[in-house]
Amino acid sequence: MRILSLAGRRLAASIPTLFLILIGVFLLLQLAPGDTVDALMAQMGGGDAATAQQLRKFYGLDLSVPAQLGSYLWHLVRLDLGFSSIYGKPVATVILERLPPTILLMTASLSFAFFFGLVFGVIAARGVNRWPDTLISTLGLVFYATPSFWFGLMAIVVFSVYLQWLPPGGFEDIGTVQRGIWHVLDIAAHLVLPTLTLGLIFLAIYLRIMRASMLEVLNLDFVRTARAKGLDETHVITRHVLRNALLPMVTLIGLQAGTMLGGSVVVESVFSLPGLGRLAYESVVQRDLNTLLGIVFVSALLVIVVNFVVDLLYARLDPRIAAEG
Amino acid sequence: MDLSRLEINRRTALLTSAAIAANVINPMRAFAQETPRKGGVFNVHYGAEQRQLNPSIQASTGVYIIGGKIQENLVDLDANGQPVGVLAESWEATPDGKTVTFKLRKGVTWHDGKPFTSDDVAFTAMNMWKKILNYGSTLQLFLTSVDTPDPQTAIFRYERPMPLNLLLRALPDLGYISAKHLYESGDIRQNPTNLAPVGTGPFKFVKYERGQYIIADRNPDYWRPNAPYLDRIVWKVITDRAAAAAQMEAGELHYSPFSGLTISDMARLGKDKRFIVQTKGNEGNARTNTIEFNFRRKELSDIRVRRAIAHAINVPFFIENFLGDFAKLGTGPIPSTSTDFYPGPNTPQYPYDKAKAIALLDEAGFKASGGNRFSLKLLPAPWGEDISLWSTFIQQSLGEVGIQVDIVRNDGGGFLKQVYDDHAFDLATGWHQYRNDPAVSTTVWYRSGQPKGAPWTNQWGWEDKTVDKTIDDAATEVDPVKRKALYADFVKEVNTELPVWMPIEQIFVTVITAKARNHSNTPRWGSASWHDLWLSA
Repeated sequence: MRILSLAGRRLAASIPTLFLILIGVFLLLQLAPGDTVDALMAQMGGGDAATAQQLRKFYGLDLSVPAQLGSYLWHLVRLDLGFSSIYGKPVATVILERLPPTILLMTASLSFAFFFGLVFGVIAARGVNRWPDTLISTLGLVFYATPSFWFGLMAIVVFSVYLQWLPPGGFEDIGTVQRGIWHVLDIAAHLVLPTLTLGLIFLAIYLRIMRASMLEVLNLDFVRTARAKGLDETHVITRHVLRNALLPMVTLIGLQAGTMLGGSVVVESVFSLPGLGRLAYESVVQRDLNTLLGIVFVSALLVIVVNFVVDLLYARLDPRIAAEG
Repeated sequence: MDLSRLEINRRTALLTSAAIAANVINPMRAFAQETPRKGGVFNVHYGAEQRQLNPSIQASTGVYIIGGKIQENLVDLDANGQPVGVLAESWEATPDGKTVTFKLRKGVTWHDGKPFTSDDVAFTAMNMWKKILNYGSTLQLFLTSVDTPDPQTAIFRYERPMPLNLLLRALPDLGYISAKHLYESGDIRQNPTNLAPVGTGPFKFVKYERGQYIIADRNPDYWRPNAPYLDRIVWKVITDRAAAAAQMEAGELHYSPFSGLTISDMARLGKDKRFIVQTKGNEGNARTNTIEFNFRRKELSDIRVRRAIAHAINVPFFIENFLGDFAKLGTGPIPSTSTDFYPGPNTPQYPYDKAKAIALLDEAGFKASGGNRFSLKLLPAPWGEDISLWSTFIQQSLGEVGIQVDIVRNDGGGFLKQVYDDHAFDLATGWHQYRNDPAVSTTVWYRSGQPKGAPWTNQWGWEDKTVDKTIDDAATEVDPVKRKALYADFVKEVNTELPVWMPIEQIFVTVITAKARNHSNTPRWGSASWHDLWLSA
C-alpha cells in the first residue's frame, strides 16, 4: 500500500514536468527552420508550390502555432498521441513497434555494464594501486574515451567481416523464418555487438564509481569492526561492504536510463536496429513533430518508472531510507 | 531523323562513353558466353526510407529503387538513352503537338490478377501525375484529358503543344502507372496501397517492416517471357554509410545504389575484386554542383562580382583532390551526359584565374580594406559529403581574393526553407538534378515568376526576359532540332548572366557485387525494373 501511495505521489509530481517538457520541445522545434513538408520536399527532390500547399493542409500545418499546440495537448489529455506524418500511422503504434528493440538493447547493456562494472570495480578496489587496479582503470579509461560509433564499426569489421562470427547488423535474420527458441537465439546473436558497444562506455563509468565507493566504505568503522570480530575478507566484502557500496551505483542507473535512450541513436544507426533512438533522429530531420513529442513522452515515462524502481531498491538496500521516506 | 543530328548524337555519345569509361574503376569483363541463372536473393542497400513507395505520386530515386521493380512506366530508356516501350508498345503525336496517342501492351495483368487497361493510364495521368506527382504536375500542366477509345489506346490531349521528345524523356521517371481499381475511392495520399504497392512489374510486394527491410518476390505471371531471373529482392534499411560498407564486405549486401557509401569507402571497394564500383548505369541521374547567388545582396547583383567568384575557384584542382574519378568539370546547367541536349563546351566559361577575379572585383568598386572586401553567408545543402567539401573549398578560394565567407549549415528541411522560402542566404550550394530533358527540372532554376518557397527554382531575385522567352519557346517547340538549338541558346544566356554557376558534373556511383549480371545496362538502371538482372553462382 505504501508503495502505491509513493508511486501515486511520484506520478503526480511528474505530470507538470512532463507537460513543461512537451511544450518546451514543441516550441524548440518551431525554432528550427523548415517543417515536415520542407523535409518531404528535400526527400522527394522537389515539387511545385501548389503541391506544397496541399501537403501543408494535409499535415495540418496551415493552422497557427498556438492552435497546433492546443490541439496536440487536448489530444494528449485524452491519451491520444496523434498521427505520424512520416509513417502515416498513429504515433502510439509507431512507438510500440520500435520500443522492443530499444528496451531490449537498453536492458542488456545496462545489465552488462552494471554486472561487469561491479565485478571489476571490486577487483580494482581490492588490489588498489597494484597491477589489477592499474590494468582495469586504464582499460576503463580507454573504453570511456572511445566514441561508440567507432567501437561499433570496428566490432563489425572484426567480428562480422573478418571472423564472420556475428551478423553485422539488423534485428533478426530476414532470409529464413525462425520459430521459438531459434528466433530468440537469432535476435540474441544480432544484439551481442550492439550491447557490447553501448555497454562498454557505461561499464567504464560503473567500474570507476564502484571502485571509489568500495574504497570509501572499506575505510569505515564498521568494516574494521567486522574484521576485528574475525570475519574473513570475502565475507567482509560481500556481507558488509558491497551492500553499502552499491547505493551510488543504483543512483547512477536511474540517472543513466535517460542517457542510454539517447546514446542508442548512434548504436542503432551503426547496427541498423529499428529502435526508438533512430526514430527520434528521423523525426527531427523530417520535422515529424507528433512522433518526436510522442517519443519524448514515452522516454520521460520510462525514466520516471526506472527512477521509481531505483527508489524502491534504495529502501531495500538501506532500510534507513525507507524509515525516513 | 536527319543525318546531321545523327552525327552530333554519335559524336557526343562517343565523348560521353569515353568519359564514362574513364570513370570505371573496376571494369566489368565480358560475360557474353554465360547462360543466365535463375534464382537467388538480391540484397539492396536502402539508405533513406521514404514516406511511401508509389512512383506514380512521388518522383525520387528513393521510391524508384523499390517501386520501380513493382510498378512499371509507359516508357523507359534503353542502353543508348533512347525511349523504349514498357507498358506502351508504340506512340505517335499529331503535327501540332497537342495530341499524343499511346498504344498499350496486351495481356498485362496487375499483381492481384486484374487486367491492365487504358483506364488505369487515364486515371493515373489525370489524378496522380497531374495533381500529386512532383515535377509531373508541371509537366502535365496543360494536359486536358486522356481519352480511352479502347482498352489498348490512351490519347493524351494537351491545351498547348507538348514536344514528343520532352514527354518521352520525362515519362521514364514521371510515367509510372497505378491501378485504378485500387485508388479510385478515397484520398490517394492516404491509400494503404502506397505502402504495399501493387503493380505490373517483375517483382511482387511481400512485406515492409519499417526501419528494417522490404521484401519483393518474383512475379510468376510477368509479361516478359522468362523474366525475372531473381527469386527475391530484399532492401535493407541501413542509415549509417560506414556500416553499409561493412555489410557489403560481409556479403550481406549486393548493391549500394546512388552513391550510398562514403567517397573513401567507394574508392576502397573499387580496388576489391569482389565489387564493381562505377558510374555507368546512372547517366540518367546526372547532377551538377551549384553556386547560387542571391541578387538581393548589392554586391552579388553586380555581374562582375559573380564572374569574379566563378573565376576565383580552381574547380579542376578541387575535383582531382577531393572527388577523384567520380566527377568532372561542368560547363553549365545541361550536363555532357545529355546526348540530346548538351550544347558542347563552347558556351561562356569561367576558368580559374585569380588575377582576373581580383581585377573584376576592383573594377566593380569593392576594394579590399585590411584584406577584406565584403563578407558573404554561404548555405551548403546537407545532401552529400561532396557539397560539404565544396563549400569549404569555396570559402577558402574566396578568402584568397578578399571575400570572407561564413558557412551556415542546416539539415534538409532547414536548408530548403532558408534558401528557397526565406531567401536568408548570400550564396547557396547544392545539387541541381538533371532529369534527361531541361524542361523537367532544369529551366525552373532560371525562369522568373517561380512561387516563393518552391525548392530548386529561381529564388535568386533575378529576372531576364530573354532567358524567359527562350525557356518558354523551347518548352513548346515540337521540332527536336529547333528545340536543341533553343536550349543551346539558353545555356549561352544563363552562362553569360550567371545567376547560378554549375561548374561540376557528377553521376551517381554504383557499388555492386561482381556476381551480378545484366546490371547497369540502362542510363537509369538503379530505378529500372531489373527484369533481366541475375546473379552468377
